[in-house]
Amino acid sequence: MQAFTQLEGIVAPMDRANVDTDAIIPKQFLKSIKRSGFGPNLFDEWRYLDHGEPGQDNSKRPLNEEFVLNQPRYQGATILLARENFGCGSSREHAPWALLDYGFRCVIAPSFADIFFNNCFKNAILPVVLNDKIVDDLFSRVASVDGYTISVDLPEQKIITPEGDQIDFEVETFRKHCLINGLDDIGLTLEKSDAIKNYELRRKTEAPWLF
Amino acid sequence: MAQTLYDKLWEQHVVHTEDDGTSLIYIDRHLVHEVTSPQAFEGLHLAKRTPWRSESMLAVPDHNVPTTTDGAGIDDPVSRLQVTTLEQNCRHFGITEFGMSDPRQGIVHVIGPEQGATLPGMTIVCGDSHTSTHGAFAALAFGIGTSEVEHVMATQCLIQRKSKNMRVWVDGELRQGVTAKDVVLAIIGEIGTAGGTGYAIEFAGPVISGLSMESRMTVCNMAIEAGARSGMIAADQTTFDYLEGRPGAPKGTLWDQAVDNWRNLVSDAGAQFDHEITIDGNAILPQVTWGTSPEMVGSIDGNVPNPDEMADPVARDGTARALEYMGLEPGIEIRKIQPDLVFIGSCTNSRIEDLRQAADVVRGRQVAANIKQALVVPGSGLVKRQAEEEGLHQVFIDAGFEWRNPGCSMCLAMNADRLEPGERCASTSNRNFEGRQGQGGRTHLVSPAMAAAAAIAGHFTTPEDL
Ligand code: SF4
Repeated sequence: MQAFTQLEGIVAPMDRANVDTDAIIPKQFLKSIKRSGFGPNLFDEWRYLDHGEPGQDNSKRPLNEEFVLNQPRYQGATILLARENFGCGSSREHAPWALLDYGFRCVIAPSFADIFFNNCFKNAILPVVLNDKIVDDLFSRVASVDGYTISVDLPEQKIITPEGDQIDFEVETFRKHCLINGLDDIGLTLEKSDAIKNYELRRKTEAPWLF
Repeated sequence: MAQTLYDKLWEQHVVHTEDDGTSLIYIDRHLVHEVTSPQAFEGLHLAKRTPWRSESMLAVPDHNVPTTTDGAGIDDPVSRLQVTTLEQNCRHFGITEFGMSDPRQGIVHVIGPEQGATLPGMTIVCGDSHTSTHGAFAALAFGIGTSEVEHVMATQCLIQRKSKNMRVWVDGELRQGVTAKDVVLAIIGEIGTAGGTGYAIEFAGPVISGLSMESRMTVCNMAIEAGARSGMIAADQTTFDYLEGRPGAPKGTLWDQAVDNWRNLVSDAGAQFDHEITIDGNAILPQVTWGTSPEMVGSIDGNVPNPDEMADPVARDGTARALEYMGLEPGIEIRKIQPDLVFIGSCTNSRIEDLRQAADVVRGRQVAANIKQALVVPGSGLVKRQAEEEGLHQVFIDAGFEWRNPGCSMCLAMNADRLEPGERCASTSNRNFEGRQGQGGRTHLVSPAMAAAAAIAGHFTTPEDL
């Protein structure tokens, strides 16, 4: 996994609550057996006017000019500003894969759905929870300033706005450690193989029907 | 100290805990399907790793499989590749798979319990959010992403933090014609789609303990629609009776020993929950969703809301947007809504009891003329066989339904079963998101009996009013 330390980038606003993973990446693209290539189909049903299917040349498809990510001012955005319960619904990791492939490295919202939140950390995307008021405020600043750019500092757990505000955010120690160092969870867990084997031995006597 | 059911399940599975509370949790059962596993298997191959315990895994293709009965196989080459990739991976790593032609094939969350691969006290994961279904067996069951699928394959463990405890107590007694689906939709209507975020929900109370296992699975299936990764119900005699004799259930003295152990899988008297809510079971009426999120739900006697009457701007916009997508006038009566299609199936409602309930409603009647298509898709090959032995298939066929092969089908429309833009569907599935059943398709979530009633009447109504 790539590491995440600091990020400075344009913020794109996604101003609706309960954005689900079906909307982030529609199911027809889940037929792929790869992890990459989902970026052009991120938010497919909102982003294009026609119906998308895997294998199309997306550059030839009619764009929905109204859709936020199609507006010139948000081109190159790496930070997505969202509303409550972002990423609800299906567990598909294709959702963070699509966000990452498109170029997003950070999503800010008042709340996230659990599985999506977790999936982000496995893919070098930092989900940041900020309270409603701050998120509201960011939405209005993004709307009023073209190319609104903020900095996200994971080691310091701070967001720095162009106005000079410093917004603190929380992140679990272990997740932060993995993200900053780009660590592969599986390798870390396998270092505890003995503990896993001991656990299995004990459980085999306590609850033999499980094995 | 008095513990909740979730506390007990958690404690029994902790392998290691870090100082910040991050824990390594042991996983007893890993269910696998074709959509969320290929990248995980690829990861194993690339890192030259092998599954820690292949015997803990059970795989089945379900999302992409065709449900038509002509035996033609999968048309779409991309879907076909996903299904054959699962086959190859399972063969390579020695994982049990119920392939497309296996009579036991079906939706992963239907076959786990059916096979007794789901047992009380287990931790159960699957790369699918509706894994919460298995919590009906007093198991800790939740959906995971593909990186975690790979992690469980390689280590038999997951890195997790403990959730908070929530209890949803359903009091009283259900009215005639009100089913588990109505109960869970009413709960989601009450707490919202994010109401359970960060919690493990235990469903309890007289209504819940009076439910059959099929119905309990319907309730736990939709815990994720309330934002909770896992929903669970205490083990009792109903649980044991369902499991006894199933292929994966322990036998002989081991069975007795297991049942003794499982009797403890209940929340202790006086256990503390971080959040508790009570729902009056007597007040629940048959439910119909009207919007694009499961929390956008009302009872059959109600009306669709009017956004102009809403104070909160985010809710107002969300409602207006949903009604526009759904093609519904603000304020109209739910009974006036006319579906174009009816879908009875999905891991929420495709078990034998669901099919019996729907068949009871359609028996001797005809699907209304305005219904273009009415599908019944059993949850597994074994459910299908059982239904055919009971003659249910003939009841459906005589009424004008199509009787299909098992799979996810129109629940998410990854195979050929899908809505066309603007089509409206009465569906027994679990998600009414935009485009869920096909781009531009409009989904109303209901119980099997309500879907059957809508098929016969041509609009939403209760079976009693037919
Ligand atoms: S039936 Fe629907 S919800 Fe259930 S596993 Fe299949 S696609 Fe997912």
